This record gives sequence, C-alpha cells and structure tokens, in this order.
Amino acid sequence: MLHTITVLVENEFGVLSRVAGLFSGRGFNIDSLSVAPTNEETLSRMTIVTRGDDQILEQITKQLNKLIDVIKVIDFTDGSAIEREMALIKVTAEDVSRAEVLRIVDIFRAKIIDVTPKSYTIEATGAPAKIDAILELLRPLGLKELVRTGPVAIGRGAKGWKG
Amino acid sequence: MKMNGARILLECLKLEGVETVFGYPGGTVINLYDELFSFKAIRHILPRHEQAGVHAADGYARATGKVGVAIATSGPGATNTITGIATAYMDSIPLVIITGQVPTALIGNDAFQEVDIIGITRPCTKHNFLVKDVKDLATIVKKAFYIARSGRPGPVLIDLPKDVQIATTEFSYPESVDIRGYKPTVEGHPRQIEKAVSMILASRKPLIYVGGGVVLANGAEELTDLARKLGVPVTTTLMGLGSFPENDPLSVGLLGMHGTYCANMAVTNCDLLVAVGARFDDRVTGKIATFAPHAKIIHVDVDPTSIKKNVRVDLPIVGDVKGVLSRMLKVAAEQSAKVKAFAKDLAPWRGEIEAWRVKHPLGYKSSTSVIKPQLVIQKLRELSDPDAIVATDVGQHQMWTAQFFQFNKPRTLLSSGGLGTMGYGLPAAMGAQAAFPKRQVMVICGDGGFQMNMQEIATLVQNRLPVKIVILNNNFLGMVRQWQELFFDKRYSQTCMELPIDFVKLAEAFGAKGLRATKPAEVESVIKEGFKIPGPVIMEFKIAREEKVLPMVPAGASLNEMVLNA
Repeated sequence: MLHTITVLVENEFGVLSRVAGLFSGRGFNIDSLSVAPTNEETLSRMTIVTRGDDQILEQITKQLNKLIDVIKVIDFTDGSAIEREMALIKVTAEDVSRAEVLRIVDIFRAKIIDVTPKSYTIEATGAPAKIDAILELLRPLGLKELVRTGPVAIGRGAKGWKG
Repeated sequence: MKMNGARILLECLKLEGVETVFGYPGGTVINLYDELFSFKAIRHILPRHEQAGVHAADGYARATGKVGVAIATSGPGATNTITGIATAYMDSIPLVIITGQVPTALIGNDAFQEVDIIGITRPCTKHNFLVKDVKDLATIVKKAFYIARSGRPGPVLIDLPKDVQIATTEFSYPESVDIRGYKPTVEGHPRQIEKAVSMILASRKPLIYVGGGVVLANGAEELTDLARKLGVPVTTTLMGLGSFPENDPLSVGLLGMHGTYCANMAVTNCDLLVAVGARFDDRVTGKIATFAPHAKIIHVDVDPTSIKKNVRVDLPIVGDVKGVLSRMLKVAAEQSAKVKAFAKDLAPWRGEIEAWRVKHPLGYKSSTSVIKPQLVIQKLRELSDPDAIVATDVGQHQMWTAQFFQFNKPRTLLSSGGLGTMGYGLPAAMGAQAAFPKRQVMVICGDGGFQMNMQEIATLVQNRLPVKIVILNNNFLGMVRQWQELFFDKRYSQTCMELPIDFVKLAEAFGAKGLRATKPAEVESVIKEGFKIPGPVIMEFKIAREEKVLPMVPAGASLNEMVLNA
C-alpha cells in the first residue's frame, strides 16, 4: 500500500543522504521524495511516498525517527492530508492535435508555459491521481518529455505543525 | 581563553573524563598530536594499525562502561577504522572516533589522503559530524559523547579538518546539549510494566531471554534479583553472558545456534518469553516461524526499532533496561505473597528444564592423547581470577568460550557478536587491560583470527599491558571448516592454514614470552606458568584439529532441530 510520509529534518548538509541511505540500506522503497526548507530556515521538510505492509511502515517510521537529524515523522496515509504534485509535460502539438491538447489543458486547469510550432509545454498541478489522468489523455498525442515533482502534503484543518 | 581547535578537542576530552585514547598519527592530525605532546591529562596508546586502535577503544568501553575514544588520520587511517566502527555499531558500544580530514578548502578535490569518511561511515555510526568551523567544535564534541552513551549506545565519528585544528577561538564547554531530533525514551511506561508483571504471574512456563542490553545498561543486578525472586529460568545470548551468573541454578545457558539443548528446548516450550535488551538476532532465533511457538512475548528495549523488527511482540516496553527492571521489582514487591506462591508453582517447569539438561548436558569426549579445546577453556576458568576479563576472537573458540568458560559477572566477556569480526580479540583485550592494569585480562583466539591483528603484541610489550594470549591452534579456520564438514561434504576449500607458525618464537621476536602445550597433560602447567609471568604471554595449545562446536542448529532450522553429535 502507498504511504505518504512527511519528515521534518534539520536543514543541514548530508541529511538527505542519511534519509536516502536509510531507505536503500534497509531495502525500503521510495516512489518519490521531495525536499525543501520550511518557513523556519533551520528546518527542511521532506515528503516521501513509499510502500509496504504495516510492519514495514512501522519500521520505516521508527528508523526515520531514530536518525538524529529527524525531528518529526508523520504518516499521512489515513486521508488527513491534502497532497499536491506538479508536472511539466512537453507534448507533441501539430495540426489537429493542437486544439485537442488545449482542450485537455483547459479541462484540467493546467497551463501552457512554452509554445513552439511543434509542441506545447504544460504545467499541471493537482493530486497525483489528477496528474496520472492528464498524462493518460496526453500520452496518445505524443509525450516528448515529462518531469514530476512527486507529491508534497500538508495536514487538513487549522492546526499547523512546525516541529 | 583562546585556543586552537586541536587544543579545544583535548580539553573537551578531558572534561568528558577521558583518560586513555588509542590513536595513530598522520598528516591531517599532526597538529592534534603536536598539542597532545605536552598535554599530560590524557594517556595515548599507539596501536600498530588503526583497526586495532578502534577495537582497543571498544574493549575499553565494554570493560569499563565508559565511552572509548580512538583517533586516526584522514584517508587510509580513516578507512582502516571502518571494521572497528561497524563492530561497535552492531553491538551498541559507545565510542567517539576522531578522524583528521584535509583542509576544508580542499574537501571534495580528491586531495592527498582524502576520503569521504562521513559518507562511508553513515550506515555504521549512530551519528557523525564534519566540523567546518572551530566555533562549533566544543558543542559537537559534547553532542558526540552524549549521543554515543545515551539511549541505545553506539559509535559517533567526528571528522576534523586540518585547518579547523589550527584555527583559534574562545573555548567554553557547554554543560549540556539539547538535540531536538534526539530524545531517547528512557523511562518505561509504568502501566506496561505493571502489565508485564501480571503477564509473568499468569504464566506457567516463563523464560527470561537476556541480551547485551542488560550489560550495556548496567542492569545485571536488577535482572538477577528479579529472576531469583520470581524463580524464572534465564537464558542468555552471547552478548548477554555475564549479566546473569551461570553458576546459578536458574541459568540455562546460551541459546541459539550453539546454545545448550535445555535453553533451546526451554525457548521452544515456554508459554511466556521475557526478552530484555535482546534483539532476536537470526543466530538466536533460528527459523523465525517456529521460534517460541507457544509463547507470548514481552520485549523490553531502549531502542523502539528493535521491537517487532523480527518477531511479533505481545507487550512492548521501550525504556532503559535497568530502570524498567527495578520498576518491575517494585511492582513484584507490592504483591510478594503472590510472587512467592508463583515462584513455588514454577517447580514443575524448572524440573522439565532440568530433565533436558540431564538428558543432553554440554559436553565433549575427553582424550589423553590430544588436547580438547573445551578442556583448555575449563582449565582457564579454573585457574584464573573470578573477575578476570576474557576477550575472544570469532569462530569455534568463541563458541567454546561461551559454552564452557562460565561467566558470572557482567563486562567480563568482550566478544564481537553482531558483526563477528575476526581480529577483534587481541586489540579488545589490550583496551581492557589499559583500563584495568591490575586485573587479569586474557584473549582466547584461534590461529586464524590471531593472525589478523597479531602486530598488536608490539603495543602490549611497549605499553606493559600484560595480556595473556591463548591460541587454540588447529591450523584451520575451524568454524568454516566445521560447516564444510557438515554441509559441504568435507570439501575444505581454503580453510586449512597450512604454514605451521612458531608462535613461541613469534612472541619472543616481539619481546614477549611464548609457551606451548601439545599434550593434555601440559595444559594446566602452561596456563599456570602463563598466568604467573608478569608481562604479555602467548600460550599456544595444539588442539584436536577437527573438533566441532556442538550442539548446532543448522542455519535456517528450528531451535529444537539441534545436531547433538555428528
């Protein structure tokens, strides 16, 4: 089962390698990982999408917590969070397909951010499932290049956590 | 007061109570060694290899309970420490390792003797630090010692670039440190502890399974007290040996791959297993699916990741083992009548275990013509001081020591359990002897492992460390040979150490003494004479070449599927 884990870490060099090394060293999967500093500059926040049964997920959270540079770990899988991901998509757009690409972009409230006579580059944001959906529609038209950020997640409600 | 980084490091070590360090100089620590030259508060011991330096610091730490300290230069000096660090990491031994590093401006440039030791040691340290500014140095050293000794202990590495050793700043040592990402749970949950006592009192066939965590937490006294009050039998892992006296009738000895028949049968038949400071290693459990099949499991450990890692647990208690055990004692004391009745009611269970012990006791076929290794171990126990410290290497001799020496006090056995590091024993004994110059310290090793760090005899002689080196010589890499005999059709691929080394002459070449026994009748006199000689001694015993360690649970088999005679 897919899990979205948010990890609050010290904003120091080497922390990313500690976290990534923990996953590779213990044979845990990483589907995606995104990391950037938070509103407090000494902290960074990672969003990791991983998979495994309950026992593996328990080990992943415990092992992450064991790292000295990790301050807090939350497993958001219970639906208590909103997830968003961005994709930049370069797609073939010639003749008739130009209009079709525009229609799809419109339906998904995405944006065209670069245009050439032969292609469009699209910026799409949304839950990972939405990105999957737009890709499914664009793929038959000719996907030239794709880059996804992996999701970031934030808890629902008024309460914020900083660590 | 303004000081350079090198001096600051030494002042910090002094304030941490460090008296002895093991280190090897080199280009990027030359400034540190220059400061050390006139710094009298710390005794420095020069091993002949950085790996041995770390093992010595490890032996020092295991024997004393204090943090061991080792120093190495950058590059090859640093990489040579890796085996020592990984050994300590697997057995949760508190160490602080200081490595020199090329100047900060050169880091990443493939400079001379540069290696990314922070990257290399990330998976085998509890934590590591690269010091980039001399102003951070004192705080980092404070943090390193705190992390190394608290929670589940472990090695911490500080990488110290040459220019940081030279740079100066105002020195002040912080009284304490607060690390927001590191708050180990020390206090066991009181309700869980009460529940644990109730679960024990409700059981009919309980067994306490003790690991190295009890030794590390200095909880041997509480454990012994609790087991005796409850009348519950105790089995120990290799790392747990010494935390419960093996001469106590409640001791069922070692469990696992080379455990006693009665210990492994007790595990297989118990209805409650109380694991204390143990981590259910594969050498202990055998086949997980059939491990303690009838038992509920209580698991006490300071490290939450150890719990439910390998086996299901019915009642987890995260906390310092010593504290949890003394709390359990209190809870038990509040219902002493019930506890007394319970201990009495366990008589049939203890009888069942006794019957297993009588059925297949630990033993060996004695001989009058050839020296049996088990005899040497038994004689060593008989003729040594009760508080003697024994280091072992890794292999057959290690298991024979665990089976036959009989450890009654904690911190008297130093052995590489988790990593199984050949070459560990001699330098570990050296570290223990440096900590306790007056105590009897011996290392029991095989001819294979001894040769991996035998250069350290020079360190022993130079520093007047009177370690007694016992070599059980079978001219084989015995444990691998045993596996080849049992599982590979006696195809002894590369396990025969064909060159007959004259270990007596070797000892003499280093300025030590050498003794040799080739017949059973000589065993006792050699040991007696060896223990009498004031300096380091090699005692070589030419043992039965194809003697096996038994019983043995083949890898992947269940604990009750022991090979008893083969």
